[in-house]
Amino acid sequence: MKMIHGNIWKFGDGIDTDIIIPARHLVLPMEEMKKYAMEPLDPEFAGRVQPGDVIVAGRNFGCGSSREQAPAVLKALGIKAVVAKSFARIFFRNAINLGLVVVECPELADHVQTGNVIDIDPVAGKIRLPKQALEFSGSKLPDFLMEILAAGGLIAHLAQRG
Amino acid sequence: MGKTIVEKILNHAAGTTDDRAGEIVSAKVSRVMTNDAVAELTIEALNAMGKPPWNKDRIAVILDHYIPATTENAARIHKIMRDFTKEHNLHLFDQKGVCHQVMLENFVRPGDVIIGTDSHTCTYGGLGAFATGVGSTDGAAAMATGEIWLKIPETIRVELTGKLPEHVHPKDLILKVIGDLGADGATYKALQFSGQGAASISNAGRFTMCNMAIEAGAKTGIFEPDAVTAEYFKGQNNQGLFFKSDPDATYCKTMPVDLNRLTPRVARPWSVDDVVPVDTVQQIKIDQAFIGSCTNGRMEDLRIAARVLKGNKVASGVRLLVTPASDRIYRQCLEEKLMDIFIQAGAVICNPGCSACFGGQGMLWDGEVCIGTHNRNFRGRMGHKDAKVYLASPETVAISAITGHITDPRQ
Repeated sequence: MKMIHGNIWKFGDGIDTDIIIPARHLVLPMEEMKKYAMEPLDPEFAGRVQPGDVIVAGRNFGCGSSREQAPAVLKALGIKAVVAKSFARIFFRNAINLGLVVVECPELADHVQTGNVIDIDPVAGKIRLPKQALEFSGSKLPDFLMEILAAGGLIAHLAQRG
Repeated sequence: MGKTIVEKILNHAAGTTDDRAGEIVSAKVSRVMTNDAVAELTIEALNAMGKPPWNKDRIAVILDHYIPATTENAARIHKIMRDFTKEHNLHLFDQKGVCHQVMLENFVRPGDVIIGTDSHTCTYGGLGAFATGVGSTDGAAAMATGEIWLKIPETIRVELTGKLPEHVHPKDLILKVIGDLGADGATYKALQFSGQGAASISNAGRFTMCNMAIEAGAKTGIFEPDAVTAEYFKGQNNQGLFFKSDPDATYCKTMPVDLNRLTPRVARPWSVDDVVPVDTVQQIKIDQAFIGSCTNGRMEDLRIAARVLKGNKVASGVRLLVTPASDRIYRQCLEEKLMDIFIQAGAVICNPGCSACFGGQGMLWDGEVCIGTHNRNFRGRMGHKDAKVYLASPETVAISAITGHITDPRQ
């Protein structure tokens, strides 16, 4: 898998799926829906985020609903990875199924601000902050989940396997 | 070494005999459910997999979130769902109620493995099934293959003793458990409700409790099926398989709860685990009260609310919404004349469905306060990001609607 290099958007603890994408927008076509990502916390997020950016957050990221639109809107906006202190179970699985890199790292969020630059090696679970010259070890996925992620998601993975 | 009920159900579904918590199994699923909040992605994913549904009788497609179609895009998705079910001859429940209540009324059996593309699928554990929520891609894969890979979860045993006092309900109990565990306290784990006190909890109460297991991050909530469960299936041929945890099963944690000492609780905005005794937040003025949802929109809940509301009026300036969880419950309410009580009290009766729970109707504006019987009080879920939502039992919500502020039902 490719190394990820991007700018950070930082969020706090308990970012739930109603923040990532409020339920009233779930029926919109994706191109419309993605404009409302993170709207309750930061209405300008979707307009300002750049392809290649990375979200860094606190505990229990993605808690709440099973809506796959949550990782899907982040992916549609070009977010390349979410690094959180911990993830809610369903969000974590949905993200992998869509090919969105998710890394658990309990320390990172306490050392970064929005706008900092980050490098991630998804395979090794290594995270580097080049400006601060800091390195962190994040979670590594089991091989079979890494295969799904590397294929770009579950559907692509199933197609590859035939 | 013994097994938990969850280990037993998943071994049974995987065709294995001795897989334990932590091991990954490919389980055969009994049912797959999807709803209109996520159906478009689910159907797209199934189409992308290039496979038809694996079994037309075992898939349920349910319109419950945006009904009757609330926007043009909701109508678009409903059309996609109706066409999809017609094409594949699947079960369609078109505006018949909240998906989870529809599943409980029609399909769920003890011992089943049920996958739903909705996080509150865990509700069915109230009947001793293993049920869990997944996203659209996993849901589509389960629809295509009839199987799903799952890590067998460790189990937290909630050991119930005693009996709930008057004015204290299963909702208060599950709020206490979530408050103590925290919103991520059961992540990746099953929450098993057992002990002598479990027998005194009704099926509806069990659904309320298992429904909210996800609010502690749990993969599922589950009761061991017993005589109360058997009552639910009285007169029916297929009563499922009554698995029970072995006495020497391994738990990652045991959490004792003395029901006798429990008091009414509320979850404060904007987190379900911010749980406090109701008497500490009395006098908070409310603008809206909501009785309904897959958590507390069943007959038992509506009867409790009706008992409180009978002969009373909703406080001036307060809006009360009552939403039966299914059309069957709606009709039963009519038969028992509960609707008369609600209407005379000044309530608005909404059509069966998810309703105000996620802001499908009854939305709130800046600074407004709602107390509801539903399961989530996340910021922005019911409308404006600065609206405040408290979660409580049907009795606490009904009495608060009358007084106009959050009120302890014991008074």
